[in-house]
Amino acid sequence: MWWRTLTSSGIADEFGSLMDVRLSHEQSALRDAATQVVDRLGPRAVGQLADDERGTKLEAAVDAAGWRELRTDAGGAPLATGVEAAIIAEELARGLGDVPFLGPTLAADLRRRAGAPPATALETVVLAPGLASLATEVDGGLAIDAQGSATALLLVPVDGGHALAAVDAKPSAVQVDLTRSVAALDPAATGETLPGQTRVLTDDDVTAWTALGLALTTAELVGTMRGAVDLGCEYAKERRQYGSPIGSFQAVQHLLADAFVAMEGSRSVALHAAWAVDALAPDDALAGAAMAKAYSSRAARMVCETVIQVHGGIGNTWECLAHVHLRRALLSADVLGGAGANLDRVLAHAGIGGERGLR
Amino acid sequence: MDFGDAPDEAAFRTRLRAWLQDNNPRLPASSTSDDYWAGAAAWHQSLYDAGFFAMSWPTEIGGQALPTVYEVILDDELAAAGAPPRPSLGYLVQGILEHGSEDIQRRFLPGIVNGRERWCQGFSEPDAGSDLASLRTRAEPDGDDYVITGHKVWTSYSDVADWCLVLARTDTDVPKHKGLSAFVVSMHQPGIEQRPLRMINGITTEFGEVLFDGARVPAANMIGAPGDGWRLAMTVVSHEREPGELGYVARYRKVVNQLADRVRDDRAAFDDEQVRDLGWAMIEAEMLRLHVCRRLSDRLDGISHGPEGSVDKLLMTSVEQAVGHAALAVGGAGHDGGDDTWLNVYLYSRAQSVMGGTSQIQRNLVATRILGLPTS
Repeated sequence: MWWRTLTSSGIADEFGSLMDVRLSHEQSALRDAATQVVDRLGPRAVGQLADDERGTKLEAAVDAAGWRELRTDAGGAPLATGVEAAIIAEELARGLGDVPFLGPTLAADLRRRAGAPPATALETVVLAPGLASLATEVDGGLAIDAQGSATALLLVPVDGGHALAAVDAKPSAVQVDLTRSVAALDPAATGETLPGQTRVLTDDDVTAWTALGLALTTAELVGTMRGAVDLGCEYAKERRQYGSPIGSFQAVQHLLADAFVAMEGSRSVALHAAWAVDALAPDDALAGAAMAKAYSSRAARMVCETVIQVHGGIGNTWECLAHVHLRRALLSADVLGGAGANLDRVLAHAGIGGERGLR
Repeated sequence: MDFGDAPDEAAFRTRLRAWLQDNNPRLPASSTSDDYWAGAAAWHQSLYDAGFFAMSWPTEIGGQALPTVYEVILDDELAAAGAPPRPSLGYLVQGILEHGSEDIQRRFLPGIVNGRERWCQGFSEPDAGSDLASLRTRAEPDGDDYVITGHKVWTSYSDVADWCLVLARTDTDVPKHKGLSAFVVSMHQPGIEQRPLRMINGITTEFGEVLFDGARVPAANMIGAPGDGWRLAMTVVSHEREPGELGYVARYRKVVNQLADRVRDDRAAFDDEQVRDLGWAMIEAEMLRLHVCRRLSDRLDGISHGPEGSVDKLLMTSVEQAVGHAALAVGGAGHDGGDDTWLNVYLYSRAQSVMGGTSQIQRNLVATRILGLPTS
């Protein structure tokens, strides 16, 4: 060529650092490790959800990998950024990993912000009724992602801000998401102030923590969409009608194409939200995360519904994994607010929300 | 992974922002009036002359040879300043960089990039739309020239173009995809008639049709070899589907910012439904900004001319049409005979799911070339 283009090494020599939103080599390796674990030990059929031996192995593998400690304190900063945590959240969701990650990661981040020592046993967080925010009282609160957790954290008011309290958590029997449990709390229980806290949590802390929660649940929704689209495409290639695979018909192809495109758009906003957690000021991180969560919540429901439709009658039976993805998406969407709540956050950040939010 | 500006990027952003304060031509919203198109060429030249166009293209053709992510910063700042978007020429440049000889590249690329020569693209015909390869325009050799006969339609900028990238049939004895060749044809000659087409929003200076009746083109203006036309066309249309090449992020964000200003000025005048439409348009436009950031980062190690453009085109279409709905909801249709800008933004948005390959064609490509679904 008579003209010259930049190569990667040329860019590095000439420009040093650069806006570059690709995963680093370390981040790609982390993703590959998570992919391997969940592909090997995650449920591959509805019947396998009840396979305790498999579940125990998955729990042991996640525990050994240390992924739930990514947001613990490492010399004044989290051990890993929101990007690494989001990578794990996405892969576990893609493979329907029925193992706690979101709750313990969010609890660890709260402890870090409050200057409290890391939990000695599995711990999660309590969300207010409706799941749209961190709970400030036990009554009506729900501990998310609660399997295996002895305790769950919530906020209590103190002078100048908030402190953390812990309450006993026991999973209730009936679950929407078949891969993760939500525990209703004993209304008579009282939260005990968590010992060892060295900092009062400010509103900015809660905002930044909420941004992390939105970024992680957005990443989960992307993972769910990937898993669901893969499931739908596999089925469309195998299932035959009129003598041909149904995936050869444009009507079916276009449904799956739209689902894939919605997932790709969601992936782009999810990456930014995960980066913003530690790189932007709390209000801006929250605005970015709210955009991402609103977009992905709307997309994920459409994608999962599409995959049920592509499966036809089978898709409406308990034994098809399609509804397991949809159910997981419903919980991921509702944790810290889905499309509506986050659209309101976006409008408020842009200065065009209603006085009391949209009605 | 880093969405933030590096120091050089931040300095570039500051320099660009200062320049835009003094050099924003304040044209009407893109593609909504003939005044916009009347000012488009001067805007291109002004942007280029100041060093703010062709950020990532080779210096040899007039570019700045900067990393691709500088295009993201350019779009950000154009939108923030309410300036017109950058000229949408990336697809032509990428096509010619990929398939043109050094001679073709040297003769034509600098003029495209610096805005001194205007181009249009003669692909679609009245009977060859989605089925582009069935096109019937003929190019027949005659001495050192080819003679072009045929009818091209949906030809954007044909009214001002100096050159037309014509896809024509040079061989009727081979399968339809294999008999096509691509030529750079001068629009300034007697064998060409250009007719404007009026779009549904009333503008007449963007869209046209071109009739070739014995127009001549030197054989040296063929891009690639005889029969290579389809490959070139596929490269061109794959990039025509990429918001990163088109610079449309700035276009959408400018409209969204203007609509948000209207609501902020008088929130009580708008109901929740109108504001929600705007909120979704804001979210969609931000999604596309971040998506382009991702795609252009993927190019830091070299360009791919693959089917991802179809994903991008479908995303871009959903953004443009959400922005169009917000323009109608917040700006209003203008039934009182007042400002018709927002109506025209809305009406123009309907073309996005057709131009550059319909959304149905894009879905076919995503399904078969990315998802691996069987062809029927």
